Amino acid sequence: MQRTKGYLDEQFCQIEDLQDETSPNFAEEVVSLFFKDSVRLVTNIEQAMEKYPEDFNRWDAHMQQLKGSCYSIGASKMNNECTLFRNNCGQENAEGCMRSFQKVKREHAILRQKLESYFQLLRQAGPAGTATRPAGK
Amino acid sequence: MAADATVFPYGLRVLVVDDDPTWLKILEKMLRKCSYEVTTCGLARVALEILRERKSKFDIVISDVNMPDMDGFKLLEHIGLEMDLPVIMMSIDGETSRVMKGVQHGACDYLLKPVRMKELRNIWQHVYRKRMHEVKEIEGHDSCDDLQILRYGFEGFDEKGIFITADSDTTRKRKDLDKDHADQDSSDGATAKKARVVWSVDLHQKFVNAVNQIGFDKVGPKKILDLMNVPGITRENVASHLQKYRLYLGRLQKQNEERILGAARQDFSNKGTSENLNLRSSFQDQPSNVSSGYPHASQKIQGQSSMLDSQLEDTKCTVPLPASDKSRNSVNDVADSQNVADASPLSGVLSFKGLPVNQDNNPSETMIMECQTWNGGVPSKQFMQYPKHNHARCDLLGDYACLPKPDLEHPAAPGNFFTPPPLISMSCSMELDARNFSDVKPALLDCIKSLSPALTCTVDSVSVQLSDSVVTSTSSDRKFSTVEGLPYFDQTNSQGPLFRSQEPSTTCGLDLASLPEDLPSYPLQGVPFENIGLSSIDLFHYNDTMLLAGLQSNWYDDQEFISETTDYPLMDGCLFA
Repeated sequence: MQRTKGYLDEQFCQIEDLQDETSPNFAEEVVSLFFKDSVRLVTNIEQAMEKYPEDFNRWDAHMQQLKGSCYSIGASKMNNECTLFRNNCGQENAEGCMRSFQKVKREHAILRQKLESYFQLLRQAGPAGTATRPAGK
Repeated sequence: MAADATVFPYGLRVLVVDDDPTWLKILEKMLRKCSYEVTTCGLARVALEILRERKSKFDIVISDVNMPDMDGFKLLEHIGLEMDLPVIMMSIDGETSRVMKGVQHGACDYLLKPVRMKELRNIWQHVYRKRMHEVKEIEGHDSCDDLQILRYGFEGFDEKGIFITADSDTTRKRKDLDKDHADQDSSDGATAKKARVVWSVDLHQKFVNAVNQIGFDKVGPKKILDLMNVPGITRENVASHLQKYRLYLGRLQKQNEERILGAARQDFSNKGTSENLNLRSSFQDQPSNVSSGYPHASQKIQGQSSMLDSQLEDTKCTVPLPASDKSRNSVNDVADSQNVADASPLSGVLSFKGLPVNQDNNPSETMIMECQTWNGGVPSKQFMQYPKHNHARCDLLGDYACLPKPDLEHPAAPGNFFTPPPLISMSCSMELDARNFSDVKPALLDCIKSLSPALTCTVDSVSVQLSDSVVTSTSSDRKFSTVEGLPYFDQTNSQGPLFRSQEPSTTCGLDLASLPEDLPSYPLQGVPFENIGLSSIDLFHYNDTMLLAGLQSNWYDDQEFISETTDYPLMDGCLFA
C-alpha cells in the first residue's frame, strides 16, 4: 500500500475495515464498482463539455457527481484534480477546465493501475494483507 | 415487521437513497454492520414508490442531496408529507446554507460525506425522538389550550411541528382522545404510542377532498377527520398532516412565485425602490424555520415564514419591487405582526424588524402570504390568507415578487408519480388562519394584480403543464417501476451480483438523467424545472387547475380587482372567505 500513499486517504482504510467473513472481497468490489461508475461519470463530463460549450454550471454539476464518487473510496489525488476543475468552472475558465479535466482523467487512470496492482498483490499475498494505516489514525 | 422493540435499535429498518452505486454499497455495508435492516435505492422516484408500497415498513430514510432524477430536498419533503418518516440527508457539500436548507425541508440530520460508521450508528436517535414526540403530541392535544400546544410545539419544533390550528377541537377532553385510540386500527400493532399513519396517495386525496369540502377557512382537524371517515386515523394524525401540508404549500407557493417573478422581472424593472430591497434583505436574513410543522394558525408569522421559506436563502437576485405604498403597508403588516407574535417559535426566525415602517398600517393586522404555488408556473390560489371580506389593496405579493430568482439548485424532477389532491381546496383551508386576525389588510387582490404580468407568461404553461403532467405521471411511473426489478433493492448479498447489478442501475441512472429532456410535460416558458418534483402534489385536480387558469386569464384583462371578486368565486372562497 506504500505505493499508493497519497493517492488514497483514510476512507480507503475504512472500506477495508468493512471487510469481513460475509464479504471477504469487499474492498475490491467497492473499487471495481467505483471505476465502473466513474468511467461513466467521466464520459458524462466529456460529453457535456463537447455538447454544451462553456456551460460551466452543467460541467460543474457533473464533476460534483464524480467528486462525490472519489470520496467514496478516498481517491484524494483524483479528488483534488476534480476540485481544481470545479474551481475553473467557477472562474468560467474553459481552457483551465480542459486542462483540469485532462488531469482528472490522468489521475483516474493512474489510480486504477495502482489499485489493480494492489489487489493483485493482495491475492498473491493471501488473506492477511490490508492497507497500511496512515500514522495517527 | 417492525423493528424489534426489545433490542432497539437493532433491526432498525433503513432505506438508503443515493445515485452513486459505490456509496450505496458502502453505506449498506456500514448499516448492516450496525445491525440495521437495509434497503438500498439508486433513484429517488423509486425510493418514493418503495415507501408508498411498503407503508410503515421503514423506520428511517437516508438520502443523498444531489441526485440527478430528483433533488434530495424534494424527496425529503415528499417523505415528510406522505410518510412522516425521519429523513437524514447526506452530501459532500457541507456549506451552511445547504445544511440549513436541509433542515428547512425537514431533515432531521445532515451528514457530510464521507460518512463514518459512528455517525450511522446513532441514526436510531432520530427514530426514537420522533416517536417520543408523537406521544407528546397525543398527550398535548387533550387539555392544552393553544398556548400550551405552542409550547410543546416549540420544544419539539425541530422534530415535529405541534402547531395546532385554532379550533375548538384542541380542547377536546381526554376521553375523546381515548376513544380515538380505541377506534384506531393500527397495522403496526397496537402500542401505547400512537401508531404511525402512513399518508398514502389515497389517504391524502381523501384528506384534501375533505378540506375542500369543508372550506379552508373553516377547516379543522376534527372536521377533516369526520369527513374523511377513514378508520384508523386520529384527529392528531390529521392535525399534524394538515400542518405539514400547509407548510409544504407555502413553500411551493414561494417557489412558484419566485419563478414567475423571476420570469416577469422585466415587467417590474422600472419600479425598484429601496424599500423593496430592505424587504428582501430582511427576509433573506431570516434563517429557515419550519422543518416539519405547518404554520400555526395563530402564528400569522408562520404563514409568512413559510413564504419566506428556504427559497429566500438561495435568492440573490435583486428584482425591484413594484413601487407602491401598499407594498410598504403589507410589509409593515408583516413586520408588525411578527413583532406581535413574538412568543411564537418562529419569532426568532422571522425578524422583520428591518422592514420599513409604514404609517397607515394597523399593527394588529397581519397578512399571511403563503404565496401561490406557482409550481412551474402554475399559480395555485391557495396561499393567500386574508381576513374575510377584506379586499383592501396591498402589493405585498408584489413585494415578494422581488424575491430572488427561483432555486436553481433543484434539478428537474420529471414526471409526476402520484395524483395529488385538489390544490384549490387547500387554498380555502388556508383561510383558517385568517380567523385569528382582527383585521388584516388583504393584499391578495393587489398582490395578484401586481403579479399579473407575471401570470401572463405562466398561464399557458400552467394549462399545458397540468395536462401533460397527467400524462407524464403514468408513463414515468411505469418507466421507473422497471428499475425496481434491479438487484439494487433489498440487497441481502453484497457480493458478486452487485457488479452485474450495476449495469442496469447504471443504465437506469443514465436514462433518468436524460429524462428531463425526454419528458414533454413541462414546456415551461422560461421557468426552470426545479419545482417539478413537487408538481405531482401541486397539480391537484386538473379540472380545478384549469379553472384556475381560466380565472387567471381574467387577471390579465382587468387590473381592478375589487370589482372582480365576483368574477372569481372560487378564489373568493379560497382566499377571502
